Order: sequence, then C-alpha cells, then structure tokens
Amino acid sequence: MNATAESRESIEPTGTRPPQLRAARVRRQSVIKFVILFVTLAFLFVPLISMLVFTLRHPLSGRWSLAPWVAIFTGNGESLGADLTVLWQGLGASLALCAVTVVLMLLLMVPTMVIVHIRSKALERAIEWVATLPLTIPAIVLVVGLGPIYRWLSSSLLNTNPIWLCFAYVVLVMPFAFRAIAVGLNSIDVKTLVEASRSLGASWPKVFFRVIIPNLWQSILSASFISIAVVLGEYTVASLLGRMNLQVALYQLGQSNSQISTAMSLLALLFGVVLLVALDLISERVAKSKEGK
Amino acid sequence: MTASIAQNGPVATKGAGPSATSASSAIARHRKELGTFAVTIPFFAYTACFLLAPTVIVVVGAFQTRDGGFTLANFAKLFEANTVSAFVTSIVVSIASSVIGAVVGGLASYALVIGAKPNGLLRRMVSAISSVLAQFGGVMLAFAFIATIGINGIGTMLIKTVTGLTVNPNWLSSLSGLVTVYCYFQIPLMIIIFLPAVDSIRPQWREACESLGGNTVQYWTRVALPILAPRFISAFLLLFASAFSAYATAAALFSQRSILVPLMIQGAMRNEMDPNQQGFAQVLAFAMIVVVAIVMLLSHAVEKRAGRWQ
Amino acid sequence: MSLAEHNVTAPKADEDAFKNDPTASLDGIRPKDVTAAAKALLKDSTTRGGGIQMQDVVKIYPGATKRALDDFNLDIKPGEMVVLLGGSGCGKSTALRSLAGLEDIQGGRILVGGQDVTGVPVNKREMAMVFQAYSLFPHMTAVENVEFGLEVRGVGRDERRKIAMEQLELVGLADQATKYTQQMSGGQQQRVALARALAIKPRVLLLDEPLSALDAKVRVQLRDEIRRIQLNTGTTTVFVTHDQEEALAVADRIGVMNHGRIEQIAAPQNLYQRPATEYVATFIGLTNRLPGVSNGEEAVVFGQRVPLLPNSKKGDLVAVLVRPENLTLKRTGETDSKVGEHARVEVIHFLGAVARVDCEISTGEYQHWNKGEQLKVTVQLPANELPAGLAVGDDVVVAPRPVAALAC
Repeated sequence: MNATAESRESIEPTGTRPPQLRAARVRRQSVIKFVILFVTLAFLFVPLISMLVFTLRHPLSGRWSLAPWVAIFTGNGESLGADLTVLWQGLGASLALCAVTVVLMLLLMVPTMVIVHIRSKALERAIEWVATLPLTIPAIVLVVGLGPIYRWLSSSLLNTNPIWLCFAYVVLVMPFAFRAIAVGLNSIDVKTLVEASRSLGASWPKVFFRVIIPNLWQSILSASFISIAVVLGEYTVASLLGRMNLQVALYQLGQSNSQISTAMSLLALLFGVVLLVALDLISERVAKSKEGK
Repeated sequence: MTASIAQNGPVATKGAGPSATSASSAIARHRKELGTFAVTIPFFAYTACFLLAPTVIVVVGAFQTRDGGFTLANFAKLFEANTVSAFVTSIVVSIASSVIGAVVGGLASYALVIGAKPNGLLRRMVSAISSVLAQFGGVMLAFAFIATIGINGIGTMLIKTVTGLTVNPNWLSSLSGLVTVYCYFQIPLMIIIFLPAVDSIRPQWREACESLGGNTVQYWTRVALPILAPRFISAFLLLFASAFSAYATAAALFSQRSILVPLMIQGAMRNEMDPNQQGFAQVLAFAMIVVVAIVMLLSHAVEKRAGRWQ
Repeated sequence: MSLAEHNVTAPKADEDAFKNDPTASLDGIRPKDVTAAAKALLKDSTTRGGGIQMQDVVKIYPGATKRALDDFNLDIKPGEMVVLLGGSGCGKSTALRSLAGLEDIQGGRILVGGQDVTGVPVNKREMAMVFQAYSLFPHMTAVENVEFGLEVRGVGRDERRKIAMEQLELVGLADQATKYTQQMSGGQQQRVALARALAIKPRVLLLDEPLSALDAKVRVQLRDEIRRIQLNTGTTTVFVTHDQEEALAVADRIGVMNHGRIEQIAAPQNLYQRPATEYVATFIGLTNRLPGVSNGEEAVVFGQRVPLLPNSKKGDLVAVLVRPENLTLKRTGETDSKVGEHARVEVIHFLGAVARVDCEISTGEYQHWNKGEQLKVTVQLPANELPAGLAVGDDVVVAPRPVAALAC
C-alpha cells in the first residue's frame, strides 16, 4: 500500500495539473450510478431483510428467537405449535417433481434438438416457435385448459399424486430449457462433430452419448438448473389443480404460522440465487470455450 | 426412446451410396426427411397434449354451451361491471408497474454496466437475485411484503414507532399497494431483460459523438436513446405481459377478492359447477390470450422495425 | 473528377462552416481575430487546420505505477501527416487520445494552431477521430452518420446533406448513402467513418489504427486512399498504427514510440536508413546484429570498414546493425577479396525482384555472440546479383557494404 503510494508520487509530474475534465465526468457519472443503484437495491433488499427480521422477532410478543429456523432444521415445529407435515410433503413433492421434470425435459428436448439442428433448419424453427410459446400463454390460462385434461388423467389413467404435475411443468420450463440448450448447440459445430465421428465408424448411439452429450453438458446443466428453479417456485398450476407442492405448502402453512413459512421462503429464494449464480458461472464457461474456438 | 431415434440416421442414409440411381437416391432423401420428421414426433405429440390441447380447450370452451353447442352468450359476462373493473384494474396495475419497472430497471441496468467490469461481482449478484425475484418469486414475494408492510410487518412497526402513523392494513390491496408489489418483480425483470441491451452500447459511440462536437445532451438524444428505444419498448411490452398474467403473488396476498383478472379466473374455476358460471373461466382466459397476443404482436413489430439496422 | 469538384467547393464550405459554428466566438478557444486569420489562411492555401505541439505531456492512468506518456513531445507542422508507430502498450494510442481530449493529462500542455487546448473539452477541440472499428452509429444510414457532426453544429438540413454527399463521393460511397452501416463491409464502414470525420472540416484529423480490423487487400487500398485524401484536403493528420509497412507508405514523418516517448521522429527514408537507436533500427525493417569493433566513427565488421551513424557506441565489441540489403554474398572461390566471412546457405527465398538468403556463418568464432549457437545472417540481393545456380548447402562469402550503420 505504502509502496504503491510512493511509486505513484515519484511518477507524478511537478507543477500544476492541467484540468482533469474526464476524471470529473467519471466522478459525476459514478455519483449518479451510486444513487441509482442504492435506491434500486434498497427497494429490492428491504423486503428481504424484513423477511429475515420477521422470522427472528415474534410478531405478537415482540420476543426475539431463532425458533422458526430451529423448527425448520430440526423438522419439529411443536415449540411454535405448528404442524410441519404439510411443509415436508410439499417439499418432497417439489423435489421429486424437479427430478422427474428435468429427466422428462431432457429426454424430450435434447435428442430432438440435436437431430433437428443437424438435419433441418425448418423443423428447428418450428420447434423453437413451439418451445417458446409458453412464454406468451400465461400459466393461469394454461391451467384452465389443463383442468379437464388432469381430471381425465387422474380418474382414468393415473391418480391424483402431485408427481403427475411434471407433465405440465415440462411445458412451463420448455422456453428456458430450449434457450439454454440452443446456446450450447450454436456454440459447437455439431454437424462437423457428427460427420467426423461417423466417418471414424461410430454408431449413432455412440455419437450421441460419447461425442454430443459431453460437448453439450454445460448447456444441459444450465437447462436443468433453470428448470429446477422454475419448478421450485411454481404455485399457479399446483394450487389451481389442487395438488400439493412446496409453494402450496408454504401458502397453507403461512395461514397458521407465517414465521416458519417466511423462513422457508427465504431459504428457497436463497437456494434459487445459488442455482442462478452457478448457472451464470456455467454460461460464462460456455462463452469462454466458444471464444476459444 | 433415444435408441429408436438414434437408429433413424443410419437406416435413412444407407440408400444414398454413390452407386444408387437418381430415383433411389430421391427415395433415400425422402426417407431421410421422413426420418428427421419422425424424430420430432415425441416432441410435437407431447406439446400437442399439454400445450396445444389446453389452449384449444380454453378457446373452444369460451364458445360452448353446457351441452356442447356453439354460443357467444358466455362473452356477455365479460361486460358485467365487476369483470370490466377487474380488467381495468389489471391493465392499470400492469401499465403502471411496467412504466415504473422499465424506467427504474433501465436506469439500474445502465448503472450496472457503464464504467463497470463486464463480469463484476456486483453485477453477477444483482442479476442472479433479479432472476429469482422476477421469475420464481411468486408466493414468496407475497410473504416478503406481508413481512414488510403487512399488519405485523417490520416496516409497519418501524413507521409506527418512528412517526406514530398507522399503515392502513388494506394498503397492499389498494391500487398503489398492488403497483408497489408488482414493481418488486417488474424492476428485476427489466434488469435481466435490459442488461444485454445496455451491454451493446459501445463506448466508441460516445467518443465518436464527442469528437464530432456533440455534447452530453446530444449524445443521449441523438445516439444512445434512439439506439436503445426499440429494445426499451419491447422490454416494456414484455413487462406488461408478465404483470398482466401474474397470478401467484396476488393470489397469496388476497385470496378472497377477485380484483384482478387472474384472480377472477381462479374464482370461476372454483365455481365451475355453478350453471351461472358456464364457460366463464374459459372466456376470461381467452380474453387474456387476446390481450397478451396483441402485446406480443406489438413487440414483434417494434423489433422488426429496429431490425432494419440491427 | 470528383476530387476536382471537391477542391472547388471546399473553401466555400469552410466559410459557411465557420458562420454556423456556434463555438467560434462563444468561448476563449478561438478569439475572433484568430478565426479571421484562419479564414484568410484557408482562402489562399490548401493547408487547413493548425500545427500541433504536445509539450512534456505526462499521462498516468489511475492506479498505474508507470507513466503511459513520459514527458512526451511532438511538434507537427500544419498540413503534415505524422504516423505514431510502436508496439502495443508503447503509448501511441494514449498520445492520440490525449490530443483528442479523450484522456486527461497529468502534466504538460497541448497546443493546436498556437492555442493551448489542454483544458478544452473534446467536443470543442474541432478534431475528428476515426476509430479502429464499431464507431459508426448503427441506427443511422451512411449519409446520416456523415451529417452528424454538421447537425450538432446546427448546419441546416439541405446544406449538411450536400456536404455529406460530397464527402461520401470523396471516399467513393455516394451510391451507398442510404444503407445502414451494419449492412456494409468493414472497409466501407471505415470509409464512412473517414467521410464523417472530414465532413466537419476538422483542424486535426486523428486516425486510431483505422485499418487494423480490415483484410490485407482492403487495408492497402484504403491506406493509399487516406493518404490521397489527406494530401488533397491538406488536413493536419495524426495516424496511429503498429504496422510499419502502413507507416512507411503514408507518412510525411514517422515517430517511433517506446515507453511513452518518441524515440525518433523522421521522414520514412531517414528513419530506415539512419536510425537513431537500436529500438528504431530493429522495429522498422529487418536488420542483422553483427559483432564489430568501433571507434565511434567507423567500425570493422567481418574485416570490412563500415562508416557509423551519429549516436554510435565505441568499443572493442559492439553490435553493428546491418540491413540485409547492405550485405553482399559471393560464392566461395568467385571472390579474391580479403574481407568477408565464410558461410553456408540455409534457405533461399526468391521474392521476384529481390532474393533473400539466410546463411549460417561457418566459423565458430562468433558463437559467444549468439548465445552459443552459430551466427546467422540474412542477405538480400537484387535477383540479378544472386550467384547462378546457388543452392542450399553451398559455401559463400558474406561481407557488409560500406554503408552507414548504427553501432550499439
């Protein structure tokens, strides 16, 4: 620190400094930037901080305690007079839904997108159009139409287990997953890879699993992460179809013990942020490996 | 499933050897195209069941009588006073929160990009938090606002102890309360949509503008804002669609009051057995599709116009 | 044809530009009398703009521990084209940006046409810059881009359209005027950028590596065009590049930069034939570092007396920098001269008019000079002086010609 200051001093010219117009502008700019960011971040963080304080301070008695957090991490809400079974049911359903949705999504999207990417531009555009369609059809609209379908499914084919929500969830995550995988496909030259490995005598399954998947794994991972985030946050479809998941459980628990549901929400939001930071790091690596080529 | 897909390739290409006659190679090409199409069947079949079918059910249901005949009568309910007022509230809240969200989020994107490292820690954290709040918050955002400004909220208590004023417990369900809550996911949504647009602003443009004699005002009005305008408008439209179709946050905040269109749909779905409510949910959903489709077409038109130079 | 037209209309356009220039009398930068003098100068001379003096300029980037410009001095005559040449990080772009006002300087001063512009903001300096790439406004057509500088000066719509079209014609793009710049090739984009810079009749034209993002062929074409236009308009120009060939082709004078200073500034030919420092000699063109004995006036290299340039070092063992074309090569046995060293041919590059021969000196005497390896030299001969039938592995004698060289 001192050394830097000294060496800086020694390279500074003596005499008066000419006007530092650019530096003055940079200073003005950073004041404006700071004000904007401070106000925005304050607006975004005040509710989050309030959530944290809310979980620590009992709303009626005003006593400070870690009880809601203890309840969540020990799984026992008796000290607060809350029954946590609903929460664990919802969490379990949501975690299972994450897994099943991701698997189903990958099975449906990856092979189709790879083959179409190699073979047919027209079909690729058609798939892009269909896959991004759920962005323009609100979930609340979709659920109106899904109602009869799910009624029929649960009465004649399957049952009312929340796991079957995965069929609807695959549609909800499709636009996000499509984009993540498309980025990966466009960053590698799939066609040449396939031709090269086919010319070396590899069979199609081998090409797919040994060549394409390893080159796409970062995109597949980011598609999976974003799908998990969507499924964990989903409320509309589950609640209107009368199925249990994490968000429905949080809502129900919130009616009886808002402290625990707020604490759990905070955890879920935090988990979402962690997932998305990981996603950000992965996509940065994809971008870097693309630059390398 | 994967195995059957994988086998389509070699089967289809076998006929296309150099010795094949033109007729058989045409057949081979045809078979190859069919093969490619066959691969996409699971995808299209799936989306037909869970995306197309629900949409068709909504549209058909909107025009259907109880016993399956065609009718326009269901639409009459759209013009009842409480339905109209739900649409007005939904649209007003969506526009107001989109305007605030677009302006504040746009400014925040600018502040995050200009003069900062492209992969700085602050930017990374803000975009991750924004993604979560904008896209996956739902019910949890409602808890955030109850914890802040609800009856027992921390903000409510602070305001009471500091100023002695009592916050109206119904403020959250007032128009301004709703707009505030919606801004909580609109601003982050704008940040994640608009960051790439601000990234595309090159520092050379400002330097070129200055060296040609332009001042700061001229830079903004003649260069930066016109370049950003198309993407700003299409981001605004996307924000509108997002607010208009948002359900979870509002549903968690006031479950019993149908003051917004999505909440009204919820009510209609719950009362589907009521003969008075025949096709009502479908009509509302159909109207929502129309509104969102118009917004998307507008956004598409704006992007196409900008496409002339982009 | 179009050039002649441009010359005829140029003085009139100047006068109008000054009339419409709101800055002309607003601030102290250009007092009325100076403006009048400048106008008079413009009327009877093709030379426009002023000379430039950068005096003891110091630039230190925030947080840096080294000066990017270290008491930088540069003196440019009106109408001159000076190229700043150097490797990356030598400070050439910093010098240009400081001149433009895009960087603050921490010491020294900058004068244009005799006036101190050190405290004048970029947009009042009346200089125009062409950047490496991406500087055109994407939402404007080519002609709107060219009009921009005139528009911010308040020139009327018809007037500025006329001037802009003239400028586009000057760079050969009049037929592309209504295209958006994204639809143009890199070379065309840089032409538009040049037209845009020239349209405001800048006192100084600044070119910051304008060609380095382009293909080799376009680069040569555009560089010759830049020089032609510069000579025609007589605009004082500073051109920054890392490409020595580009510099040699366009410059009136080249300033070779190193460590934030100009090592030598001279006409291209002088710089090549009479380098002042080892850095300059090795940066421009090829050179052989040959061991020699020097008394400061003359040196002996391979038994041959070689006159030395000013600034040469004295000593029993110095490096004498000899250009490949200042070496001779004869087949062993075809020469009875006492001077020269025996060498073996390693590679022959036949380049048309000339041939370049890489040789390895046969004696091990110079190994200490070349890190323990045999000394290698490159000889360049006119093709007709190349010994007939010379092949790889042949024994030859290499000797310097008595042409002035630098010892260091």
